[in-house]
Amino acid sequence: MPAIVVEGLERAFGEVLAVQGIDLQVDEGEIYGFLGPNGAGKTTTVRMLTTLLLPTGGRASVAGHDVVADARQVRSSIGVALQEAALDPLMTGRELIRLQATLQGLPPIAGRERADALLERVGLTDAADRRVGTYSGGMQRRLDLAAALVHEPRVLFLDEPTTGLDPVSRKTIWEEVKELNEDGTTLFLTTQYLEEADQLADNVGIIDSGRIVAEGTPEALKGEVGHPHVELLVGEGAVPEAERVCAELGKLLPPKDGKRVLLEVQDGAAEIPRVVRALDEAGIAVESLELVRPTLDDVFVAKTGYHLEEEESKDGDEEPATA
Amino acid sequence: MSDLAATARVVRALGARSIRQTFRRPQLISPIVVFPTLLLAVQTGGASAGVELPGFPPVQSFLQFMLAGAMMQSMMLAGNSGGIAFAVDIEMGFTDRLFAAPIPRFAIVLGRLAGTAALGLFASIWFFAIGLIFGAEIEGGVPGALLAMALVTASALAVGGIGAAIALQSGSASVVQGLFPLVLVVLFLSSAFFPQELMIEPAKTIAEYNPLSFIVEGVREPIISGIDATHTLEAVAAIAGIVVLGLVLSARALQHRLRVG
Repeated sequence: MPAIVVEGLERAFGEVLAVQGIDLQVDEGEIYGFLGPNGAGKTTTVRMLTTLLLPTGGRASVAGHDVVADARQVRSSIGVALQEAALDPLMTGRELIRLQATLQGLPPIAGRERADALLERVGLTDAADRRVGTYSGGMQRRLDLAAALVHEPRVLFLDEPTTGLDPVSRKTIWEEVKELNEDGTTLFLTTQYLEEADQLADNVGIIDSGRIVAEGTPEALKGEVGHPHVELLVGEGAVPEAERVCAELGKLLPPKDGKRVLLEVQDGAAEIPRVVRALDEAGIAVESLELVRPTLDDVFVAKTGYHLEEEESKDGDEEPATA
Repeated sequence: MSDLAATARVVRALGARSIRQTFRRPQLISPIVVFPTLLLAVQTGGASAGVELPGFPPVQSFLQFMLAGAMMQSMMLAGNSGGIAFAVDIEMGFTDRLFAAPIPRFAIVLGRLAGTAALGLFASIWFFAIGLIFGAEIEGGVPGALLAMALVTASALAVGGIGAAIALQSGSASVVQGLFPLVLVVLFLSSAFFPQELMIEPAKTIAEYNPLSFIVEGVREPIISGIDATHTLEAVAAIAGIVVLGLVLSARALQHRLRVG
């Protein structure tokens, strides 16, 4: 049985259609990466799937329960770690996990034991009795994750779990996500980091302006947008000649700048010796050569027409303001 | 565990959190304790000759008369602080954590109100302690004090319901905080700090119909003269009315909050 089924899901805020009839399916035990820029509809979708927001159209079920008709059963089956790490800075870590255990209906003794075990798991035992406001960003995210796991949910929603974290903290969260998935938990992970989706997700959905524009495994999506290419840095003034030589070997790609030549190579690394030989025979000195495989960014560009990072830098806000 | 018992545990846990939150945030606890205590000190220090005015109810001391007013001020501000704290929870997304849990969602409001009611109880104990330390007598004895404490506790819950409704509707701590002057207006246009009989128009008529006056008199009577059924019933009726209004408004505001996310 699929863990998540979404059919024609919509959400409007007044005149603004934040989510425009999306369809997706997530199988049990899968990590689904939901990728998109700020304001694309990721958080709105997560809020509908976690019963925090009513859809204005379509339907969705999570863990076999309809998100509108059986909202309480959905909430019993899921864990949620929201984008802003919804933590009370005045509570201690231990108080928060114990409160979460009560909210999930665990008996007091079991709740205390579970809280201690989870704090140990996320490496916060020593900080458990400190107020959350004194935690670093990474510690807060780990605490939020622990709180979401208190009742061993079948499906876990992580809304941008590593946004704003340093690389070490990000890696720690990734390892925890992988471990949870190995234990059988289905994960629905929203992210604006291409690398994160590439590293973690079994399947990726790319959402842009409220519509899913691409869906599939990272490898399949990358395969759709083209072949690997070699990126050649040649000496000053040698670019036109290098382009002429490379054009005989394969398809040239639009150059990034005036110093590099980009040549598509259908067979990847196997074609590099042929390229080097041809340039050498033409007397062109190659300063560096790099084999570049398609990335999810290439997929993103192909599907949306812009780079995700560019969009991030010009667009700071998240979902449309609620009425 | 039955659903009811589980819900009661959740309400208790959220109430306990709400109390901790208030005591850990000075800007929430000071209006409940510090301001009313200072006002009580200033008024009893500077206006105690008021008891000599013709028509002033017979009291042992001005402090004895003022205790109910201080409790009402503290209770009203506890309701306002509860609303501010609830709105802060909404602003920082903490309520999303609660809304995503498999609990009846109105339990979240009840948990907040349980905390506010406990703060009302704390306020009544605080001012009884101050009164007794500075020589005020409680004419109704222990039963009278317990009755007054119960009325203050219940009225904190009632006023907290209004605060929670405004917090849920607006989702903004600034909006709830902006009601602070209104709280004082309602308070001063009641018999909390001055006998109704000695007020001039139109304040006298407003105070006569102000539900807070009925509650004040219900709390004051056991302190200054003893338990009186009429005053008690009037206070209970006023509190019940505000409780119903607060709960209805909270339920509607909760629906609004869930609709807009």
